[in-house]
Amino acid sequence: MSFNSIVLVKQVPDTANISGQVMKDDGTVNRALLPAIFNHEDRIALEFALQVRDNYGGTVTVITMGPPRASDVLRECLFMGADEAYLISDRKFAGADTLATSYVLSEAIKKMGNFDIIFGGRQAIDGDTAQVGPQTAEKLNIPQVTYAMSIEGLNKDSITIKRKIEGGYEVLQAKLPVLVTVLKDAAFPRPFKAKRVMAYKNAKTLLELEKLVEGNSLLYIDQLKDEYIQKHIYIKTLTMDDLQLEVERCGVAGSPTKVHKVESVVLGAGTHEMIEPNKDGLNLLIDKLMEDHIFG
Amino acid sequence: MIQRNKEVWIFIEQRNGKAADVSLELLSKGRKLAAEINGTLKSVVIGHNVSDLAKETFRFGAQEALVFDHPALEHYRTMPYSKILNTLVDEHKPAIFLFGAKSGLTADCTDLQISDVKYLRNEYKDLLLQIRPAFGGNIIATIIAPDVATQMATVREGVMRLEPLDVPAEGKITNIPFELTPFDEIVTIIEQHREENKVNLKAAPIIVSGGYGLGSKENFMHLHELAAVLGGEVAGSRAAVDAGFITSDRQVGQTGVTVRPKLYIAVGISGAIQHRAGMHESNKIIAINNDPEAPIFSVAHYGIVGDAAQIVPMFINVFKQKLR
Repeated sequence: MSFNSIVLVKQVPDTANISGQVMKDDGTVNRALLPAIFNHEDRIALEFALQVRDNYGGTVTVITMGPPRASDVLRECLFMGADEAYLISDRKFAGADTLATSYVLSEAIKKMGNFDIIFGGRQAIDGDTAQVGPQTAEKLNIPQVTYAMSIEGLNKDSITIKRKIEGGYEVLQAKLPVLVTVLKDAAFPRPFKAKRVMAYKNAKTLLELEKLVEGNSLLYIDQLKDEYIQKHIYIKTLTMDDLQLEVERCGVAGSPTKVHKVESVVLGAGTHEMIEPNKDGLNLLIDKLMEDHIFG
Repeated sequence: MIQRNKEVWIFIEQRNGKAADVSLELLSKGRKLAAEINGTLKSVVIGHNVSDLAKETFRFGAQEALVFDHPALEHYRTMPYSKILNTLVDEHKPAIFLFGAKSGLTADCTDLQISDVKYLRNEYKDLLLQIRPAFGGNIIATIIAPDVATQMATVREGVMRLEPLDVPAEGKITNIPFELTPFDEIVTIIEQHREENKVNLKAAPIIVSGGYGLGSKENFMHLHELAAVLGGEVAGSRAAVDAGFITSDRQVGQTGVTVRPKLYIAVGISGAIQHRAGMHESNKIIAINNDPEAPIFSVAHYGIVGDAAQIVPMFINVFKQKLR
């Protein structure tokens, strides 16, 4: 009994470490200046998939939709232990909201062949919508289990999962194939394996190989690609045409939600009264609060 | 351009036949949104034995309750619930459909407004503006969905005010039959374990809240003492929760609880927009911080610049002396 897993991963801007320069004068965000990181919960999703493979056998395939530089997170997946990685990238995917993103991901998954379980992080830290996983399941017409804490059981027909709910947890049994989104505390992601880092640090997407060819007249793209495939360091790369997608369902065109306005957060001058940081100051403050009947 | 009807729908989340607070808060807000577009407010109730609950929504202004009552619907399950809602929305296409949630599209709105909008050379009438902090709180984004029939958004509990009517609306209950199919049972609930939330920050008249600036769990203990003396509850910012100073059920802010106590004391909290969004409507706010430039002072009524580790014990002593 073995299981083939697909893991949805995303490269995200590190929103926890935004410096002043990142904010433009017009209040928009200069994404190019933001450090790009592996969305943490997606790393937990990969750990879940790797544990399924450790325990039962099978394969782990990771997939991301993003700009060319998103290949960084795919290499990290290969370092952790993923068998295969796909970059889904096309200029026409830019500006996609969750609906357009889940359309592209679900179409890519349909073309990737049979799978038993799709894992993903609960949400990405840049949008916090927690929608791409559920929408992908809907489009694939398979059941979904969100907020997973642990896998309690797995057999050839079904998976049993403990998931977080408000105030506690519930245990669900779902028929395979299924999509599961996992919580950040659900597992510890394993470290990179030194051997795998050596093996995959030069793994490249088609877009990266094309860049190499651009600057070197002695290289031919097909030849180079074959070479990378033979060395098992080719990251499969799919564009809109490869996936035969409907252009009006991709990117900005396929996104019903629009950002109407973005404002930087401007602080009001504030009109607070300063209180001296000593006993007299606090005496005065507490008197005022008592006058206002704040206590009791 | 898309023609919208004038219906505002609220999904009523229920457990054991009782509506979640957030759903009643959204009915209160939805009533105002519906008034602005001269529309009608409807509740969507899914569950088992939920007719009392459907009537309860009239007290918050619903003019019609669309009810799906079936034993298989007693507990939330994604498959049957989403099938019901998909079918219903496809058929009736409400202009606005709001859900209580901790995530969703557009998630965690801190405000909802109705406005005419000019977007890409088109003029749109009565769009739903979905307003929320984004990008780590550095920006406030306004999201619209101009070209779809149904505009959907999610809001967390506590963000909107609970405002029941003195006289319930004259509502009508519309029961809609539900047919169970095998696909609805593809996921089954084996076990549920729930502990009722012991903390109720929303109801606390006084909240003493700490941030990362307190530096240690030991310093945080002073806040527990202050809260006990004042008869309040202890809370914290997201940074304090992440640092392990306090549990996440006591987190105030956009991704935690929104509170409006009589007194909010923010200690060692710098005051990122996400935190301020969850407390700025408090009646009185005291900010204690050693950084006079901290954004928390912009929403405070009283500001104390200094070391919290000294000021909090002093506050406790001075207050105790007053009580004598």
